[in-house]
Order: sequence, then C-alpha cells, then structure tokens
Amino acid sequence: MVAAFIGLVWWLVDNTVANLASQNVATGFGFLGNNTGFDINQKLIAYDETSSYQRLLLVGLLNTAIVSVLGILFATLIGFMVGLASLSDNWLVSKLAFIYVEIFRNLPLLIQILFWYVLLIEILPHPKKSFGLWEVFFLNNRGLYLPWFTTLPGGGYLLSVIGLFGAGCFYVARKARNMRELNGQTKAYVRNYILIGVICLGGYLSLWGVPFEANLPALKGFNFRGGLSFTPEFVALLVALSLYTSSFIAEIVRAGVLSVSKGQFEAAKALGLPSSVTMNKVIIPQALRVIIPPLTSQYLNLTKNSSLAAAIAYPELVSVFAGTALNQTGQAVEIIFITMSIYLFLSLLTSFLMNTYNARVALVEK
Amino acid sequence: MQQVIKWSRENLFASRMNALLSLASLWLIYVTIEGVLSWAFLNASFLGEDKSSCITRPHGACWPFVTAKFNQFIYGNYPAVEQWRVNIVFALGTLGLSLLVAGRINFKKQLAVLMLTAYPVLTFILLSGGLLGLSYVETNQWGGLLVTLVIAVTGIVVSLPLGILLALGRRSELPIIRIMSIAFIEFWRGVPLITVLFMASVMLPLFLPKGMNFDALLRCLIGVSLFASAYMAEVIRGGLQAIAKGQYEAGKSMGLSYWKSMRLIILPQALVISIPGIVNTFIGLFKDTTLVMIVGIFDLLGIISFHFTDPNWTSPQVPITGFVFAGLVFWVFCFAMSHYSKSVERRFSVKGESK
Amino acid sequence: MSGKHIIEISYLDKYFGDFHVLKNINLSVAAGEKIVICGPSGSGKSTLIRCINHLERHDGGDIIVDGVPLDDKVKNIDHIRSEVGMVFQQFNLFPHMTVLENCTLAPVWVKGIPRSEADALALQYLERVRIPDQADKYPGQLSGGQQQRVAIARSLCMQPRIMLFDEPTSALDPEMIKEVLEVMVDLAEQGMTMLCVTHEMGFARRVADRVIFMDEGEIIEENTPTAFFDNPQNERTKLFLSQIIGD
Ligand SMILES: Nc1ncnc2c1ncn2[C@@H]1O[C@H](COP(=O)(O)OP(=O)(O)O)[C@@H](O)[C@H]1O
Ligand SMILES: [Mg+2]
Repeated sequence: MVAAFIGLVWWLVDNTVANLASQNVATGFGFLGNNTGFDINQKLIAYDETSSYQRLLLVGLLNTAIVSVLGILFATLIGFMVGLASLSDNWLVSKLAFIYVEIFRNLPLLIQILFWYVLLIEILPHPKKSFGLWEVFFLNNRGLYLPWFTTLPGGGYLLSVIGLFGAGCFYVARKARNMRELNGQTKAYVRNYILIGVICLGGYLSLWGVPFEANLPALKGFNFRGGLSFTPEFVALLVALSLYTSSFIAEIVRAGVLSVSKGQFEAAKALGLPSSVTMNKVIIPQALRVIIPPLTSQYLNLTKNSSLAAAIAYPELVSVFAGTALNQTGQAVEIIFITMSIYLFLSLLTSFLMNTYNARVALVEK
Repeated sequence: MQQVIKWSRENLFASRMNALLSLASLWLIYVTIEGVLSWAFLNASFLGEDKSSCITRPHGACWPFVTAKFNQFIYGNYPAVEQWRVNIVFALGTLGLSLLVAGRINFKKQLAVLMLTAYPVLTFILLSGGLLGLSYVETNQWGGLLVTLVIAVTGIVVSLPLGILLALGRRSELPIIRIMSIAFIEFWRGVPLITVLFMASVMLPLFLPKGMNFDALLRCLIGVSLFASAYMAEVIRGGLQAIAKGQYEAGKSMGLSYWKSMRLIILPQALVISIPGIVNTFIGLFKDTTLVMIVGIFDLLGIISFHFTDPNWTSPQVPITGFVFAGLVFWVFCFAMSHYSKSVERRFSVKGESK
Repeated sequence: MSGKHIIEISYLDKYFGDFHVLKNINLSVAAGEKIVICGPSGSGKSTLIRCINHLERHDGGDIIVDGVPLDDKVKNIDHIRSEVGMVFQQFNLFPHMTVLENCTLAPVWVKGIPRSEADALALQYLERVRIPDQADKYPGQLSGGQQQRVAIARSLCMQPRIMLFDEPTSALDPEMIKEVLEVMVDLAEQGMTMLCVTHEMGFARRVADRVIFMDEGEIIEENTPTAFFDNPQNERTKLFLSQIIGD
C-alpha cells in the first residue's frame, strides 16, 4: 500500500513538472523579488507598482490582519452582548437575541459580504451628495470618511506620556486593592484616575502644546481626501465578518454561562453577594473556561473567513496574493504553498496555545 | 386581558431598567419590520418584463428580476426539455429525506444507506445522461440551485465515509496511519476553503498528464469533499470518544475482529450520537458551497450574480433583491437543518437523563 | 409577640405556574430555636426554606425576618441574605476558588472586611468545622463530607443569625454523614437559630426543639421530637415515618 502511495505521488509530481515546463512557467521562489507592476487601493505600509511580490505579500497580510483584528473586536463585543441578552429575564430582549442569532448564523457569509457591499455601492450617494454628519463624518459609495489627525513634532513623546498614565492607573488600582485587603475599603477610586489623567494631560500640554493637527476629510474634485478613510470593500467585509461571527460567539457565551450550574448562582445569592460581584467573581471565571476554547476557534475562523474578501476584491492575503499575483506570475504551486502555509501556521499555533490553556485550566481545578 | 397585563409586568416591566430595555426592543422591532415591509412590499415592484418598472420604484425590491430568471436560478442552463430529469432527482431527494426525518418507518437504516449510495449514482446517471438513451448534458450547462445541491450532496456522501475512515485512522494504534490521518485532518482544517478551491482550480490540472481534461465542477467537488471530510472526521472522532471504554472491551472479549466490532458495535452508536454534529457540519458545508462562485462555477449565488450583468436588468435594486432572494433560499435550508439537529440533540439529552 | 420571634411566616402562598406548592403556611421561629422539617419528596420543604432568604419569590402572605419584611425591595433582600446563611444539598462551593477564598469572598465583598481579618475569621470557622489544614485546597480535591463542612464554614463567615440547611447530608456517603452532623450539633449547642430540612432522626431527636411534617405544600403536624416520632397523630405522618424507618 505504501508503495502504491509513493508511486501515486511520484506520478503526480512528474506530471506537474512536465506541465509547468511545457507552459514556460518559472519555478522556485525567485519571483518574490520581482516587481509586481500593479498598485492596490489599501495599504498600511508603503507600496507601489515598483514594489516586489514579497512586499505585496506583506501588504496583503497586514490587510488580513487589520480586518481580522477589528472583526474579532466587534464580533466579541456584539457576541457577548447578544449572548448575555439571550439569557435576560426580559422576554423581548431574549427573543430578539435569539432572532439575531438565527438570522446571521444561517446565512452564508459570502452572501452577507456581497449584500453589504452592494448596499454600500448601489444605495449610497456619490461623493458630491455624501451623507455628512457635523461636516466631519462622511459616507458615500466610495467609502467611509472619519476625522483623523496628523502628528506634529512633540507627538513622539505622547506614547511615553500614555505609558506614564497607564503606570499611574496601575499604581492606583494596586493601591485600591491593598486598601481593601487592609481595611475593607471597597469604594472605587474613580476620582484618583481622573486626577492622574488631568496631571498627565496638563503636563504634556504645558510642555509641548497640542501635538496634533486635525486632518479632516474634504471633497476635492470627485472624491474626498484626508481624514481616515475606509473603502466600501473594507466596511462591507468588516460588517459581515463581525455580524456573522458574533452570532456564533453569542451561542458560545450563552452555552458557557448556562454551563455554570444553577447552584452557583444560588450559593452566591444566599451569601448576599451583589449581582456584579456574582457575575465577576463567580460566574464569569467559570464560564470563561468553557467559553475560551470555542471562542478562540471562532477567532481563527474569522481570520480564515476574511479570505472571502476575494469576492469583492478587498486586497487581503488571498485576494492579492493567491489571486492577482498568481495570475500575473503563473507560479501557482509556490503561491498556493505560501498562502496555505501562512494559514496553517496560524491554525497550528492557535491549537497549540489552546492545548496549553486547557492543560493549565484543568490543572488549577483538580 | 388581566393575564396579559400581569405577564408583561413580570416579563417586560419588572424594573425600571427592564422597562427601558423593553421599550428600546419594541422600537427596534418596529423600525426593522417597517423597513423590511416597505422595502419588500410597499415600495417594491412586482410585475414587469425588464428593469423599467424597477427603476421607477428605486426604494423597493425588484421582484420581476427573480420571477423572470427563476428557471435559470433553479436549473442554470440545463436544457428546458431535459429539466424533468432534474425534477425527478429533486423529488426523490425530498421524498427520501422527509421519510428519514419525519417518517415513522422501520427501514430507516436501510433507507439512509440507499440515500448515501444508490441515490447519488442514480442522480449522476439522470443528470449527466449519455446512458439509457438519455442525452448527454455537460456540467457547464448545470447551474443554479441544482449545482448548489449537487455540491452539497456530493460533499456529504463523500465526506461521511472518508470522515469515518479518518476518524478511525486518527485513533489507530499504528503510528504511520495515525500520523497520516492527523496530518490530513489538520491540513484541511487549517486552510480556508477558498485557497482549497484556488488550489483545485489551478493545481489539479497540473497534476494530470497533458491532454487529460478535468471538469471544472468535478475539481470543485473534489476540493469541497476533501475539505468537508476533515471536519466530518473530527465530529465522528468526538462520537467515538463518547462511547464508553467498556463497549470496546466487550467487543474484544467477544472475539470480534477490529473491523467487525467497529461495524457492529462502535460505529452504530458513535454515528447516532454524532448526528447533531454531522448535521451542523453539513450546514457549514452547505453555506460554504457559495464559495465556488469565486472560481467561476454558477451555483445559485453565482448564477444570480451573473445575471446582474444582463443589460435588461441593470438597476441598483437588482443586486440587492438578488442577494436577498439567495439569502432567503439558503436561510430556509439552514434554519430547517439546524432546527432538526437541535431537536435530535434535545431527544438525546432527554434519553440521557432518564438513563 | 413579634419581639421574640426572629422569623415570622404568615399565610404564605407560593405557586409554580398553576401548581400550588405552598398552601397557607404559618410558622414562627424564636431566636435560638432549632427546627427540623421533614416530609415526602416534593412536599415543598426546600421551597419553604428558600422563600426565607428569597431564593424563591412568594406569591402571597408575609415573611418577616429579624423585623424586616421580605418584599421586592432590593435593600431588604440584601439585608436578610447577610443575616441568613444557607447550606445546600449539593454544597455549591465555587470550584475555581480555594477553600479559603470561598470563605472570604462574601465577607470581603459584602461586608467590606479587610482581607487579613477575613482570612483570620475564615480560619477560625474552618477550625470549628474541623478542617483547618485544607484552606489552600480546591473544593474538587476534598471529600463530600469535607466539602459540606467548608460550605457550612463559608456561611458562618458571614456571621449569620439564622442558618438554613436543605438536606445537607443527602448527597453524602454514609460514613461522611456523621462528620457533618457533628458540626451541626456543635452549632446548635452554641445557640444558632436553625431551620433544617433533614430525615436524620437521630439528629432531630438530639437537637430539635420542634419537628415539622409537611405534605403537599401544607404543614400537617408539628410537635416536639419525642412526641413526633413516638406518637405521631396524623395518618400521613405515620405512613411517612413507617417508610423512613423501613429504609
Ligand atoms: N423551579 C421550579 N419550577 C417548577 N416547579 C418546581 C420548581 N421547584 C420545585 N418545583 C416543584 O415544587 C414541588 C416542591 O418542590 P421542593 O420544595 O423542592 O420539594 P422538597 O424539597 O420537599 O422535595 C415539587 O413538586 C417540585 O417539582
Ligand atoms: Mg428538596
């Protein structure tokens, strides 16, 4: 059997090599250094026609990353909200949450992506007739425009001041905990956080002044320039990924909370714990053990699903690399290999992390 | 009436916060329903031979697009005079499935086996023809819902047995088989389906000797089936793990061989517990069939999108209506299946409790 | 009258949907009194004591605990729950916290007691339930009897005036029942007000001031333990006693 298998592989490889030779396609990874000769419309790092395929790969990867990270963020927020809502005592709220889940979970993601996309480009007005809000937010069929800022000299120090603020907050939080452990003070120290914020901000402004300049979107010619802009492709993909995945996350959260036995709620109530403490100290820590593994695999799914962007030409990894670059170079084997390897690496890394997590959680309990 | 008031006081207005939430929900429901109704009915156009009536009603659905193209959405370019063949396939499938799901019959197991073996063969013969006096219909004429269902059904018919083998392989005591099964499963589960389809469409032809042609639909079927097998394998592995160790030991102590004890003792139990998982995998597979449109296959979504380019139907509402129609079709299928899998799950959990 | 009663239940009614679980219950408990409640399964014993700390909402009648009426006012409920401890059949310890953390959670977060004091308090009560050396273990690492004693200690850490027990020994193996009952006897001897759902007749004879027999949501009979066990009045009581002795 093994011999047959090896024979089969040999036959396939032989055919492939012969086919590639007859099509005059180069082999090897040398093409990664060549110029791509085409530009793309969303890039987080410098890129143009003269950049190499290697650079293109990185641009695509970053576009995958940004839509995935934002998608994960929104999907988690919405998913937790809907999941907890489905457990609400309020009949209407819980029914609405159920309906939400049933609608978005049972619709193919690709249809959702295409739907939002045509909605954006067909229904939204041209740039000249954009929907505007306070003259700084604009929405039209070319994209979504938000006010943004450009950093001026002195902006570089901002990071360190933010760091300082973070450290201050950390200190106050620790102090508050120690106070509670020492003399049972359970009051929140909101006042102190505000104080630190004011000190940091005041200090910064007096030293360096306002380090930003507003960068507002404005209509120039046929389209808006400036500000922070998102293409319709990006917005459609992000909305669809977030809504679709959030419906799965909602189910996971719901199942997680339900997995905590009723007795735990009752014991907490009987001890007189207020509901916020019951949730934060008793229910959520237990539910999270059940929630985190499937939640992580949803994050991975979302990242893999972002490849459906190929249908609307959002320039992420699959669409620019396994799509455009493949067509340009014809080096299918290498390009598919690289693309698949990246996703495989990500999946294996995730499952490794999950196994570690599961092992650790199991250890603490017993 | 008093009952209604009491009920809503307890369930909707128990506290001030609750009352606020209820009002917000009511508002949300009102806005959504109002929006959907006015788009789908009040502002929609229903009659017309081309886009003209739709252009005059720019804020509502363009249903004439769907009615005019309905035949293509279902059959693609399958020749009209041969469509009875497709109808037979649909009818047999519906009959078999409804008997399996709802029928009170005592040959369910045999029927399930038939649906997974004889039915696909019959379907293939009927659809593609070239035999028994049926004229040959090339797969590039197939399209629409027909292709969507062909892909989904092929996916399940191939992935179920392959998934079982892989699941057994992953639990095998022979390291080489175990490692190969794990590698296969983890590979397919690790990559997005779209890259698999790209691979199938650009790389499969490279693997074959020159001149040997690979049908485009067949390439997709292979990609989708292998992809689905890996997911199926994990579901079935879960079922195998749930079988008590005693069952394996009982099989061994009765002197049954590995394959016999699998076939007679373990798999029948493991597959039954896996039904909800299998159905869920199938739902995922069914939704994923839409991806074939990206590699140029005219499944339901693909053919609908293709017809947006028809110059007789260029209107902003046409694509929206098309996607809503596609969404409705898929949603009904998926919702029905998930409903079924939930009811099976509930039945199991009740059985489990009474044990 | 109300001055000496720490719990006063009058005309209590409770429904689950259309099902009338508790029918017109009247019961007064004096401070320091020990009451054992028994009766067939499903007779509403658990529901009755769960109404006392408002784990169940009652539909009619009044419950006054320590002078505070139980209504839907959140403040009253919180107050009563911090005065009333409860021990469950299934222990309901928090599995992700150590024994010590289980015991200090409520004192720290409800009463705002400093951590160090809460720790000392917890260790003191763990000593009283005779497991001082398990403070850093997780509940899953303890036997059932030990877990139930931790649950008792956890309740005691809130220094309640009243303790409710809902079949605290029913989920335990026979050899562990004794260790839990001993702790409960100790507690009784120190003057705690106790309402205890249990079928442990030895315990009832030893500590109870009154035994109450419930059936189908009603109090059928109440008496001193000796009179109750040796000379039951009602037919249903006799039938029930013959069944549990028959066991
Ligand atoms: N949450 C509930 N919903 C509906 N019925 C309940 C609920 N809890 C208890 N019951 C019913 O109320 C009756 C009394 O229950 P319970 O007080 O637990 O009885 P006991 O503790 O005496 O065995 C039982 O018939 C039980 O089925
Ligand atoms: Mg009970």
